[in-house]
Amino acid sequence: MTEVCALSTLVFRWNIFADIQNIACWAFMRNAFYAGTLIAVVAGVTGYFVVLRRSAFTAHAFSEIGFAGAAAVILVDIEPIYGLLAGSILGGIGIAILGRRASNRDTQIGIVLAFSLGLGLLFLSLYSGFDTEAYSILFGEILGVSLSMVYLTAYACVGVLLAVAFLYRPLLFASLDEDVAEAKGLPMFFLGMAFMLVVAVSVSFAVQVTGVLLIFSLMVTPAATASYLAKKPQRAIIASVIIALATTWSGLFISYYAGYPVSFFITAEAFGLYVLVRAVSGALKSRVRAEGLASP
Amino acid sequence: MSTTGAATRQTGGSSDLIVGEDVTAGYRGKVVWKNASFSFGRGEFVAVIGPNGAGKTTLFRMLLGLQPPISGSLTILGSKPKKGNDRIGYVPQRHIIDSDTNVESQELVRLGASGKRWGLNPFSHWDSKAAKRAMDAVGSEDIARRPLGVLSGGELQRIFLAEALVSNPDVLLLDEPLSNLDIRRETELLHLVNDVVRNRGVTALLIAHNINPLMPHLDKVMYIANGKVATGPPSKVLTSESLSELYGIEIEVLRDPHGNVAIIGVEEHHGDML
Repeated sequence: MTEVCALSTLVFRWNIFADIQNIACWAFMRNAFYAGTLIAVVAGVTGYFVVLRRSAFTAHAFSEIGFAGAAAVILVDIEPIYGLLAGSILGGIGIAILGRRASNRDTQIGIVLAFSLGLGLLFLSLYSGFDTEAYSILFGEILGVSLSMVYLTAYACVGVLLAVAFLYRPLLFASLDEDVAEAKGLPMFFLGMAFMLVVAVSVSFAVQVTGVLLIFSLMVTPAATASYLAKKPQRAIIASVIIALATTWSGLFISYYAGYPVSFFITAEAFGLYVLVRAVSGALKSRVRAEGLASP
Repeated sequence: MSTTGAATRQTGGSSDLIVGEDVTAGYRGKVVWKNASFSFGRGEFVAVIGPNGAGKTTLFRMLLGLQPPISGSLTILGSKPKKGNDRIGYVPQRHIIDSDTNVESQELVRLGASGKRWGLNPFSHWDSKAAKRAMDAVGSEDIARRPLGVLSGGELQRIFLAEALVSNPDVLLLDEPLSNLDIRRETELLHLVNDVVRNRGVTALLIAHNINPLMPHLDKVMYIANGKVATGPPSKVLTSESLSELYGIEIEVLRDPHGNVAIIGVEEHHGDML
């Protein structure tokens, strides 16, 4: 398979179709789009539950425990994704065993998180290729994804989506009304554990796009924005996926022509959209309230 | 415990939905209250009252099958309590829902019907219909589409009641549903529960701090204090004699012409005073 992509394709020409064709010429850009699309769908879906259950900090911790794992396996020449998976899944099992009710868990998670980052730093300093590897795990390197990694991502994403589809209603119920769900006989420990594993796997793959440190921009921001746009969980999940896809695609597109990191554009767009939606929904609400007061 | 014995003899029978015989309750061997016998029939409205930490919620947890009695026998709907009984509707004691929970309240009621089912079924709407019926029954049609996070305390309690009623239960367990309500909402909610009890023949146990708003509706009182339980009609339980025996100190129960009671002599009191 030989590909010849002219370097002139790097210039943006205000012709969106031609511009996209230029991008699609490069295998690394195609892989980035495939992987980015899969990850955006999964992050948008699981992100809704992360936001609903207020587990954002937990999700962040997974990525940093995963970082220690990734840095460790790089030393023995294994793909970082396996270390990420191992680290975040171990973290997920640990937190599930602690239980959702542990009220001051923020502190403990923070303590484990700091230790994990430190551990990761040690492993990376033992590795000769320190700079680039650290950079790509911490801030994301979607442009370096291989086709075999795209396949692995696809399998994982299908697995996560099937798991969420199976868990959907009990998980939603347990997230909104834990006590009643428990009295109704739902297996709360199993649900907590299953949810943690789903988040751990989603986070591990999302790290490819945004990196460990920017994980919120895919796992939290789109879902948080969507929760202002829709009051029905199904619709909020769809909105969350659309936002995650839109920011990922346009992030890749803009980054290709602008030459700055993809994860910066994804982060910036997600943030901008969140601020915009909050401002608009806040303005609408106060207007409705004002009208309600004006017409008794 | 003369009141307990009398109450059991008076109403004990095979038609009772809830029967406790010599029940001792507690966590991990630590006894909260002991040797209680009680029975509640179909369509009875029962107030469960007593000081904080007396073990009122413990009773509910046992009835829901979330914890076993330390000793004695407890049956609900003819069998030993076990988790996941759809014939029991439960409204737990809770704090206010986070104000940014932007989920339609009817979705929560709907999950009360179908939240136990695994897997997706995007094309089935029986649970929406059940939710609509339950919300109509508690008069909350108008707030069905409003997010949970913006509802007032009274509106939330209606939604929780609808969530509990959606599976057409025979027994309702309501843990302090009145705690965040003003007097008007309190009265409204009690009328609503009373309607459910009378029209559907549901047995309702309601934990409350203040007995007086409940007095017009009650069939029985279960008074838990000092590690002991007195159960029976309000006229028998809420007397100086019965409460003095329960607390083991001199208690005086005063009644005003409207049927309100004031309990004098209990240090840790909780709103029973007029």
